[in-house]
Amino acid sequence: MTDRQPSADRLPEEREEVELGSQSVGRPASAPVGGAMAIPEEPLSVPSDVSLTYEHGVELRARSQWAYARMRFLRHRLAVASLVVLFLIALVAVFADQLAPYSYDELDLENIASPPTLEGWHLFGTDLLGRDYLSRVIFGVRTSLWVAVFVAALSTAIGTAIGAIAGYYGGWLDNLLMRVTDLVLTLPTLAVLLTASVYLGQGKPVRVAVILALLFWTGLARIVRGLFLSLREKEFVEAARAAGASDGRIILRHILPNCVGPIVVTMTLIVATAILVEAALSFLGFGIQPPQPALGKLIAEGETEGFALWWLVTFPGLVIVIICLAINFVGDGLRDALDPTQRRVRA
Amino acid sequence: MLTYVVRRLLYSVLVLIAASFIIFSFVRLVSDPLAFLRMQPRVSEQTIRNIEERKHLNDPIPVQYLYWARDALLHQFGTTTVHDRPILPDIWRVMKNTIQLVLTAEILALLIAVGIGVYSALRQYSFFDYAATTFSFVGLATPVFWLALMLQVLFVNIYLWFDVRIFYTSNLSSVDPGPTWSLGFLIDRIQHLALPVITLAVASIATYSRYMRASMLEVVNADYVRTARAKGLPERRVTMKHAFRNALIPLVTVVALNFGSLLGGAIVTETVFSLDGMGFYFIQALGVGDPYPIMAWLMVTSTAIIVFNLVADIAYGFLDPRVRYD
Repeated sequence: MTDRQPSADRLPEEREEVELGSQSVGRPASAPVGGAMAIPEEPLSVPSDVSLTYEHGVELRARSQWAYARMRFLRHRLAVASLVVLFLIALVAVFADQLAPYSYDELDLENIASPPTLEGWHLFGTDLLGRDYLSRVIFGVRTSLWVAVFVAALSTAIGTAIGAIAGYYGGWLDNLLMRVTDLVLTLPTLAVLLTASVYLGQGKPVRVAVILALLFWTGLARIVRGLFLSLREKEFVEAARAAGASDGRIILRHILPNCVGPIVVTMTLIVATAILVEAALSFLGFGIQPPQPALGKLIAEGETEGFALWWLVTFPGLVIVIICLAINFVGDGLRDALDPTQRRVRA
Repeated sequence: MLTYVVRRLLYSVLVLIAASFIIFSFVRLVSDPLAFLRMQPRVSEQTIRNIEERKHLNDPIPVQYLYWARDALLHQFGTTTVHDRPILPDIWRVMKNTIQLVLTAEILALLIAVGIGVYSALRQYSFFDYAATTFSFVGLATPVFWLALMLQVLFVNIYLWFDVRIFYTSNLSSVDPGPTWSLGFLIDRIQHLALPVITLAVASIATYSRYMRASMLEVVNADYVRTARAKGLPERRVTMKHAFRNALIPLVTVVALNFGSLLGGAIVTETVFSLDGMGFYFIQALGVGDPYPIMAWLMVTSTAIIVFNLVADIAYGFLDPRVRYD
């Protein structure tokens, strides 16, 4: 319980819910003293790491929801390790120009079709033209990650907006929006993607990303709608309404912050799915086109050069597996961390 | 119950009509099935104009859609634009192949996944449980096409190095597999289907075993199972009869949904293994840009998804009497 964070890097929302820590064992949470102490005089200026000592000598600490979430996440060792791995991969991708040993289509004519070797840093081998596959994979990761993050951001925005409006207002609007969602869900996803990308989005990563995002928001919309349906009946929403808050304010300031957990978890899943689907699209030749590097495309090129050069197919795919695995673990950790019903920090 | 089914079906028909119109307009707006023909120097203007005339390619798109709808309803999805080849026989052929592949893979996956899930749940946090969990996570993070390719790489290299042919890596039959229903044919078919089946099954096992484990865990800790134990029933009877049978219920939904979408062809798997199934057919139609086969495929696939969605819901209501539809 010593992993205090300096208050400077905390999010503003943390101050909204000030909680009593689990060290108040032995005294009921609703004890008058505790209750009184939990309400600070100036709510906005109370740092959450203040120590409150009572006459009984029991030490209590006020702790925000976010502090609990962070602690729970940090206890999930696999998730933390995955986050580190992801961070490193992202770092390499961002600084690809500086870090990659070769450029994307540079030819090393002395090492053609070389298996993975330390010589000349061809750790992932080279293809029949002598292009270094490590460098190509690094540039490919950059494109794939960029597309995935873009897809996640856009589809989360769409899904949250549609789910929030449908869930909050209900009635015919809800009916209409959910029917549209059903329509998108009924379509065979990959087929629609393929059709759409053949005719709209071939080539440029942005176009591929937009098309993916336009199909990926449905799951989130349903989740957010469900949350809004139940939250809009809660007392704090009624209180906000009684205080004269507008619909927009209630949606954005009062209900939405309570949905952050599921939204973030779903978002991580979308990132992983987007990477897999984009790779499949590019592999089939309907996604990102050369000369833009993409992991799926690299695998497809490896396939055409024959299976004797096994490293061309193996390494780009392995990188996809590692990225997706790491994202899934992070998502798993976030799911545990952001579940508000879990107050315990797991040992 | 009946009202529910009828209402769902009526609604689905509306969705199908809307979806078909959107996709049709889409395909027609941005693709030209005659593009390839136009580039051929030996094809005359007149030929192209004849085809355009016959297929109403110059009418407004809604009118074209109505022509298509008529063909779909009255003429078995019509014929392909360029060669006037009937579509329905092709669809039947590829569907047979896809069902063969998907059914084999799903049955195999189900048997293995149920076993893994139940055993993991009964021995929670054991070594086996962790191994199964790891397998699922890796399985879900693996791109299907890459898994397929790695299997090909493996068996091609085995063939290159040891000159042993264990499994074929493409197509559905050898040039001369022998007469149908002979032993030689069966072995040949197994050699061809093995790798696609493994590819599909791995993905399904990864998903199903997680569901099975979760629902088994939930059931094992349920009150009625404790009651059964308290009555003094033997452990085996408690797990197999009381827990296991109820734990299967959530899996029914997942499997039905997955099966419905797989009937549209495991697009990626079939493409990698050049397997003459629904997905492969679709990819080829897409390459040509011909709306007729694309639409036929889409209708069959969407219908399969809708029907299996419905089957999943009905089966759920049937198996779990707590669920009531109205």
